[in-house]
Amino acid sequence: MATKVMQDLVISPELAKNFRRNFTEKIIEFGLLFSAVFAVFITTAIVYVLVSEAIPFFQHVSIYEFLTDTVWTPNYSIKRYGILALISGTLTTTFIALLVAVPLGTITAIYLSEFASHKVRETIKPILELLVGVPTVVFGYFALMLVTPLLQKIYPDLTTFNMLGPGIVMGIMIVPYIASVSEDAMRAVPMAMREGAYAMGATRFQTAIKVIAPAATSGIVASYILAISRAVGETMIVAVAAGQQPNFTFNPVESAATITAYIVSVALGDLEHGGIGYQSIFAAGLTLLVMTLMLNILGHWVRKKYAERY
Amino acid sequence: MAVNQAKPIKDLGEVRKLIKEHKRNDFIFAAVGMFVIASLTITLVILFLDLFFDGYPRFGIDFFTSYPSRKAIQAGILSAWVGSSLVLLVTFLVAVPLGIAAGVYLEEYAKKNWLSDLIEINVSNLAGVPSIIYGLLALGLFVYSFDLGQSILTAGLTLALLMLPIVIVSTREAIRAIPVHIREAAFAVGATKWQVVLNHVIPYSYGGILTGVIIGMARAIGETAPVITIGALTFIAFLPPSPVGAEIPFVNFDWLESGFTVLPIQMFNWISRPQYEFHVNAAAVGAVIIILTAIMNGFAIKLRYNVRKKIKW
Repeated sequence: MATKVMQDLVISPELAKNFRRNFTEKIIEFGLLFSAVFAVFITTAIVYVLVSEAIPFFQHVSIYEFLTDTVWTPNYSIKRYGILALISGTLTTTFIALLVAVPLGTITAIYLSEFASHKVRETIKPILELLVGVPTVVFGYFALMLVTPLLQKIYPDLTTFNMLGPGIVMGIMIVPYIASVSEDAMRAVPMAMREGAYAMGATRFQTAIKVIAPAATSGIVASYILAISRAVGETMIVAVAAGQQPNFTFNPVESAATITAYIVSVALGDLEHGGIGYQSIFAAGLTLLVMTLMLNILGHWVRKKYAERY
Repeated sequence: MAVNQAKPIKDLGEVRKLIKEHKRNDFIFAAVGMFVIASLTITLVILFLDLFFDGYPRFGIDFFTSYPSRKAIQAGILSAWVGSSLVLLVTFLVAVPLGIAAGVYLEEYAKKNWLSDLIEINVSNLAGVPSIIYGLLALGLFVYSFDLGQSILTAGLTLALLMLPIVIVSTREAIRAIPVHIREAAFAVGATKWQVVLNHVIPYSYGGILTGVIIGMARAIGETAPVITIGALTFIAFLPPSPVGAEIPFVNFDWLESGFTVLPIQMFNWISRPQYEFHVNAAAVGAVIIILTAIMNGFAIKLRYNVRKKIKW
C-alpha cells in the first residue's frame, strides 16, 4: 500500500478510507472515555456541592460546637447545631441493626457455603436477592405498622416512634448483604483446605468454624463493615418509624432522628435556598459522607491487608 | 489443629462418644441454619401478606385512575404512577447508554494507568455512597445551579446517577466473561476495535447487561430519599403534559419541566398521616411497588440463571 502511494503521489482511496476509519475509532474511544470519566465527575460534584454549601454554615457555627454540642434545634428561637444529637440516633439504630444482622447473616453464610446442597443454595439465594430488592420505604411501613405494635405487646411503654423497631427491621434488611459477601469469601477458600480438615476427621461444623471462617476472616469482616455503612446511610426506615425529632440519647425505646431522617424532615418543609436551615442539611450530609467514606475505605483496607493468599 | 492433644483418648467408648458429640453439633448447626433461613423467608412472606391484607380494600380500577385527595377513600395513585413512569424513562435513557459505555471503556479500552485506576476507585466508591447524598447533590447542582427546578428531569437525572454504578459493574462482569479468542478471531479478519465491541462484545454480554439494568431500574422505582431531598411535592393532582402530541412534531418535552410525584413518595406521604384510612392507602401503594420490584428482580434473577446456563464457550 505504501509503495503505491509513493508511486502515485496521491492518496489512494484505501488509505483515505483507513484514515477515516482510524479517525472514527478515535472519536468513539474518546466518547467512551468521557462516559467513564463521568464517574469521577460525579464524585467531584458530590464533594464540591456538600463542601461549598457547608462552608457558609461553618462560618455561622464553629466546627468545635458542631462536633461537641448535644442539642440540635434549628427550628427553635435559640438555634443550636450539635451534630451529636443526630449521630446518637444514627449509631443506636445501626447498633441494633448489627445485633440482628451479624448473627443471622453469618449463620446464613456459613450454612449456605458449607452445609447446603447445590439445590438448596440455588433456591435460597434468589430469596435473599428479593429481600435486597424490597424498597426501604416499604420496610419503613413494616417497622411502623407491624414490628412496633408487636414490640408494644411485649413492652407496653414503647412509644409509636422508637429506635428499636426500625433498628430491627434495618437489621433484617442488611442480612442479605452480610450473607452474600461472607458467603463469597468462604466459597473462595480452596477446596483443599476443606478436604484436609475432613481427612483429619473433622465434621462440617468443625471445618466451618475452625478452618473456613478463619481463612475467610477478611471477607467476613469486610461484609460487616459494608453492612454498617448501609445502616448508617439508611434513610426511609428511620424517617418513617424512628421519628424526626433530634434527641441525644442511646436508649433504643426512645424516639430520635438520625442524620438521614433530619435531612428528609428539612427537605419536606419549605426550603429557603441559602438560609441556614438549607445549609445545615449539607453540613449533616457532609458528616454522613465522611462517616460512610471512612467505613468504605476501612472495608477495602481490611480486605486487602488481611486477605489470605493461596 | 491440636484439637485433641490435651486429653489423650483411652478407649473406644470415649472415641465413639466424641464422634457422637461432634455429629450432634453438626446437626444442631444445620438445624439453626435452616431455622434462620426459614425465618428470613417467613419475614419476607409476612411483609408481602401484611401489605396485601392492609391494602386490600383499596385495590380496584379507581385506585389507579384517581388523583390523591384529602378524602382517603377517594384518593388514588394516578399522578404517582404516571410520574414514576416518566422519571424512570429519563433515568433509563441517561443511565443505560452512559453506564454501558463506561463499562466497555474500562474493560476493552482502558490501559493500566492512573486514570483507569482513578475511575475504578470512583465507581466502587459511588456504589457505597448513601442514596440521600445523591439527593443533596441534585438539590445543590440540578435544582439550584443548573436551575432545573423540582422537575421530572431533575429526579430522572438523580436516579440515573444512582443507577450508573450498578450498570457499569454488571456490564464489566458480563464483558469479562467473554473469552479473548472471540476478540482475536474478529481482529484476525480485519475488524476494528469498535467493530469488535459493537458486533461481538456487546451482543454476547447482552444478557448480563440487561440483568444489571433491570436490577438498577427496580431499585430506582423504590428509591425515595433522594427524590424527597430534591424537594418533590407530595400533593400533585395533575398530570404532566403528554409527551406525545397530536400535531407535528408529535413529541414535546414540556413534561420534563413539570412537577411530579412518584409511587414511593406517595406512600411515604400517606404513612405520615395520622388517620388509619390513609395507612390503608399506603399499604395499597406499597403492594403495587413491591409487586413491580419483585417481578423485575425475579425476571433479572431468572435471566441471569439462564445466561449462566446457556453460554458455553
